[in-house]
Amino acid sequence: MKPDRVRRETTRRTAGAGRSRPQAVPLAPEEKAPEAGGIDDATHRRMFYFMALTRELEDRIERKLYRQGKIVGGVYVGRGQEAIGVASCIQTRPEDVICPSHRDLGAFLIRGMTPRRILAQYMGRRDGYTRGRDGNMHMGDMQKHVIPFVSMLADNVPIAAGIGMSFKIRREPRVVLCYFGDGATSRGDWHEGMNLACVQRVPAVFICNNNQYAYSTPLNQQMAVENVADRAVAYDIPGEVVDGNDVLAVYHSTRRAIARARDGLGPSLIECRTFRMTGHSAHDDAGYVPREMFEEWESRDPIKKHQQHLVEHGILSAEELQGIRKDIVREIDEAVEWAEQSPYPDPEECLQGVYQEENRDGLPMGGNG
Amino acid sequence: MSQTTYLEAIRQGIWEEMVRDERVFILGEDVARYGGAFKVSAGMLEKFGPERVLDTPISESAIVGAAIGAAYMGMRPIAEMQFIDFISCAFDQITNFAAKSRYRWGAGVPIVIRGPSGGGVHGGPFHSQNPEMYFVHTPGLKVVAPSTAYDAKGLIKAAIRDEDPVIYLEHKYLYRRVKEELPETDYIVPIGKAAIRRTGRDMTVLTYGAMVYVALEAAAELAKEGIDLEVIDLRSLLPLDKETVLTSVKQNSKVFILHEDTRIGGIAGEITAIICEEVFEYLDGPVLRVTAPDTPVPYSPPLEEFFLPKVSDVLGAARKLAAY
Repeated sequence: MKPDRVRRETTRRTAGAGRSRPQAVPLAPEEKAPEAGGIDDATHRRMFYFMALTRELEDRIERKLYRQGKIVGGVYVGRGQEAIGVASCIQTRPEDVICPSHRDLGAFLIRGMTPRRILAQYMGRRDGYTRGRDGNMHMGDMQKHVIPFVSMLADNVPIAAGIGMSFKIRREPRVVLCYFGDGATSRGDWHEGMNLACVQRVPAVFICNNNQYAYSTPLNQQMAVENVADRAVAYDIPGEVVDGNDVLAVYHSTRRAIARARDGLGPSLIECRTFRMTGHSAHDDAGYVPREMFEEWESRDPIKKHQQHLVEHGILSAEELQGIRKDIVREIDEAVEWAEQSPYPDPEECLQGVYQEENRDGLPMGGNG
Repeated sequence: MSQTTYLEAIRQGIWEEMVRDERVFILGEDVARYGGAFKVSAGMLEKFGPERVLDTPISESAIVGAAIGAAYMGMRPIAEMQFIDFISCAFDQITNFAAKSRYRWGAGVPIVIRGPSGGGVHGGPFHSQNPEMYFVHTPGLKVVAPSTAYDAKGLIKAAIRDEDPVIYLEHKYLYRRVKEELPETDYIVPIGKAAIRRTGRDMTVLTYGAMVYVALEAAAELAKEGIDLEVIDLRSLLPLDKETVLTSVKQNSKVFILHEDTRIGGIAGEITAIICEEVFEYLDGPVLRVTAPDTPVPYSPPLEEFFLPKVSDVLGAARKLAAY
């Protein structure tokens, strides 16, 4: 596709009732319609496994270990949002890179980061991915190409732009997936990173986990446009809104975006509409959220929805699904036990590893392990 | 052999590293086609191509963020701030993402962030700043500030080869004003080593950047009065060469610090504390500071001249100290 054609194609104006507003053009449909949803049974099984694993691990963290005082710091979970990280990241190749955010635990797990080390991370233990230097979801693994995020939201967007630039410079057929929430799109770094990535047409996919609340602030106080995806117009890239609780919708949208990036056609913006089924963090009861919203979105739970699809289409039986969930409980039981055995770091380690010179032997952590 | 300017020395250093190591690339505003606002990257686009010499949007935070991302992927990015004043726009990426990366997950960030700093050219409040201390106060960064063409080249090469993020402050007043013959062979100036620019036995001045020349001019004047001033060029502010500093203080027992940066929270205060903690018993007088006043850098010539530390200020401090 010629760049000028891409340019024309990605902006359109719609005549609204009052004034017209720019609206993003969605990703082009796949040329060959994939059979049976284009997802094979093994992938379905893996997606179910990773969504259920994410749910169980986060439930254990938030509802048990945190309340038992075994997790000393903040806990931010993505309950009800599991389909987003899972259905997108499951399509990455080992050499691809992800820059996840704090409600995308499923993406970390798919890349091969383990529940036991993640639990050790939450508990501030030596076997955590940061060796007790940082907490909760602030973790990565360089070997598995997972870049840890920082609390300054959207800082990972320029990082992803630079990762994509390095692929372009070296002509590597790799893509980078960058995740952020709706609130993060208000930050200047989000715009700077998006703009740079799109000017450079780097092989990136930008995935917004729009759970409709930034801590206590609802969407309409966060942005003037209706959809995060509308902002794609400003970067001349495709942007589309998908049901973030529908694992199939997220899967297909991401598939087209990854293919587009790998073909050298540049970034896409996918907005996954979902809902945060918890407070911002474990200490927040979310009293500011209307109860009906929880009820409405509970009925759209992504795992239940997927489960229904699997049974209806005869991909997995109810018994098989039950079996997978039982195995997961056992897997997490063992992981918790392992993490609790992991020692705390020695206090003197506080001083080590600020610079390379002080770290010749290397403290084993996610970034150098 | 021809003389190389400070500016040309930086350019040569980057050029040679780009030839030596294909992972090195530069990104910034107007660095490619235009060759940089001060022409530090002149000719590089033609030599190395558009993939290694990248013009970016006016987005300092994205420039640094992208450099970090590329560094994670094994590249060696050099990010230019068109004027170092604009580094404030990238403060978060530098201090939160780059500086803390090695410590928090073991992944080094070998990037160089460089740009023209300092006053004396009527740049006004936003084209004259000395932002070093924001970064000296951030564990995980290194901060260097060369004063000679030799050091400019040797330090940029050392910075590019370093495994950690380095803030490289080039003084724009020196760009075309200082020059010298440079060795033809490859060399680096190690980060963290100060240089003695003039040996003296009566007292020591610690300084860096363009103020090195103010100190040397004052030293010549003081010599006529029988005061033998040792001039130490710190070259690297983080890490600081404590050994060279403390050896000189122990030898001369009188010391003052001179910098173009403003006074409160300037590195003079930090060095004074180190001296008091470690070699207090050697001192024969107070540790004095000669610095810019605590104001923004003003534009109009009489105001800016007033702002910048001068030879007369150095003479005043030296004479005061000599009286002890």
